Amino acid sequence: MVKKEVADHLSGKRFLILTFLVVAACLASLYIAATNIRAAATGEDSGFVFLKLFTTAGSNLPFSFTSFISFLGPLIGLIMGFDAISGERDRGTLSHVLSQPIYRDALINGKFIAGVVVLAMVIFGLGFLTGGLGLIVFGVPPTLGELLRILAYLALSVIYISFWLALSLLFSVLFRQTTTSALAGVALWLFFSLFAVFLVGAITDALIPVTDSSNINQIMANARLYQGLSRLSPIALYDEATITLLNPSVRSLGLVMLDQLYGAIRAPLSFGQSLLLIWPHLAGLIAATLICFAAAYIIFMRQEIRA
Amino acid sequence: MAAAPRRIVVETENLTKCYGELIAVDSLNLQVEKGIIFGLLGPNGAGKTTTILMLLGLTEPTAGKALINGYDPTRHPLKVKAMVGYLPDNVGFYQDMTGLANLQYTAALNGLPPKVAETRIVNALEKVGLKEAATRKVSEYSRGMRQRLGIADLLVKDPPLIIMDEPTLGIDPEGVRELLDLIKSLARDDKRTIIISSHLLPQVQAICDQVGIFVKGRMIASGTIDQLGQQLLAGKQLKLELIAEPQDEALYHLCREFDGVIELKKDSQIITLTCAKDIRPLLAQKIVEAGYSLLHLHLRGFSLDDIYQQYFQQEEGAYVQNSAAQAKPSRAGTPLSGQ
Repeated sequence: MVKKEVADHLSGKRFLILTFLVVAACLASLYIAATNIRAAATGEDSGFVFLKLFTTAGSNLPFSFTSFISFLGPLIGLIMGFDAISGERDRGTLSHVLSQPIYRDALINGKFIAGVVVLAMVIFGLGFLTGGLGLIVFGVPPTLGELLRILAYLALSVIYISFWLALSLLFSVLFRQTTTSALAGVALWLFFSLFAVFLVGAITDALIPVTDSSNINQIMANARLYQGLSRLSPIALYDEATITLLNPSVRSLGLVMLDQLYGAIRAPLSFGQSLLLIWPHLAGLIAATLICFAAAYIIFMRQEIRA
Repeated sequence: MAAAPRRIVVETENLTKCYGELIAVDSLNLQVEKGIIFGLLGPNGAGKTTTILMLLGLTEPTAGKALINGYDPTRHPLKVKAMVGYLPDNVGFYQDMTGLANLQYTAALNGLPPKVAETRIVNALEKVGLKEAATRKVSEYSRGMRQRLGIADLLVKDPPLIIMDEPTLGIDPEGVRELLDLIKSLARDDKRTIIISSHLLPQVQAICDQVGIFVKGRMIASGTIDQLGQQLLAGKQLKLELIAEPQDEALYHLCREFDGVIELKKDSQIITLTCAKDIRPLLAQKIVEAGYSLLHLHLRGFSLDDIYQQYFQQEEGAYVQNSAAQAKPSRAGTPLSGQ
């Protein structure tokens, strides 16, 4: 089952278009990085040149590899999953497949696992492609720490996009119409990536208003609430985790008071410490993915399959 | 036939399915014996498809249970699905795969070893006449071909029980004939049990051993077509259609005077006799003895169409009466109620 679904994904035109889009985005980001990396590498912290390959954005084109993945990744997940179940229902193949002696969950598991496998192939492929090209262009080999960070980042991306895949799978189970399912997915994506930021700001300011004359406690409460609310969005979680992984000088994701910084030694975190910092984010993303998938699973198991 | 023990393959006990307020299937008690073709008949929305879905475990019954060879589809889905082949009215195959690839996928899902699968697929394609089209994509198939691929799919799976939902819908007459022949051979040659749902009566009559008539979620009658006809026509006057040559007054006289004939009607060629009992053997003999050549003698009222219509009218009538009875109190105050 998984084998057939993977083959389906890989042979479809949709996949070809997607891959083309993402590869183009990657090459563009590589080009941007190539033109700007000299300035970035000679800046304040000149270590970790290889990581900058993924994070450097130009001034005229504000896109790096990471921002491309963060922005387009959800779209890949949504497109791969939005018609997983409803499409089969439309074509009448669902009742046919489910009248064969397989458990009903074999189908939905197969769809999800195949999706994750394909995603992992694409993301790791792209990551290595960018890294390899960067190696050729710049000639700066990565250190072990950098390599680990990149691998962790790619794995994180797979989990993140899997969340969107699970979400679109849920929609495809819920809605009979393929188009409704696609729209619901895209709507949620737009909401999280564009409007959620405004909404979180508005809610925070309404609950804990802050003016110039507010005392420090109020400002801190405001900032904490803002961060807490925004972390409800998987996009925010992913972005924070990405920054931490690919920028070793990020030492904390919460509020830092000036007196806490006083006397601190300016040094990058080790890979293990960075990982520790984003552990909650990782757990949150995996949990969100599993919740979406579990919901899709339960609804699907109890659903009536009409021809 | 009579000596063989009669094994029940499909059995339902008070099987009920509700969609909110609507009762789609209302305490259905059904028994289907091994090796017969059973027809589920009824108008659209009578609950045929819902019944089939419950038999397959594709939807859960609200109450009651179904048993396939003693297994409950909701408790033992795999055992049931392994025993049952399902052909929906618009069978879905993967459009961008070839007919052959679709069958191979089915074989893989059924866990057939590759060797067995291959021979079965080749045989099945040959039997349904799709050998040449096997390597074409399903999206290029006509509806009839798709339906035949559906049968091939069943043959690959080779289940003892086959359930078909409106198999002949939207297929041209020639295609229907071929399809029905195929279905018949599935039952006769390989001793399979087949359940067919349909609202196309003549087709069902041609191949079914037993039928169940569905109206509004209830099975209002079941049995062989002859049984149904006898039940329905018991105590009623029979109508005989007769054509004989030469048609003259002497023939009319002979018929009128025949024992048991109540009335005679002439309708161009056909003479219709109303009689109290089945007098066909004696009448035929008499007519031939009198020097006429008998061209046609038919007892009307035994076709499924007639039976179905009778039942359906009765049921509709009962329904109208019921609703009239319910409506009565509200009408009691109107001026017309006294008349």
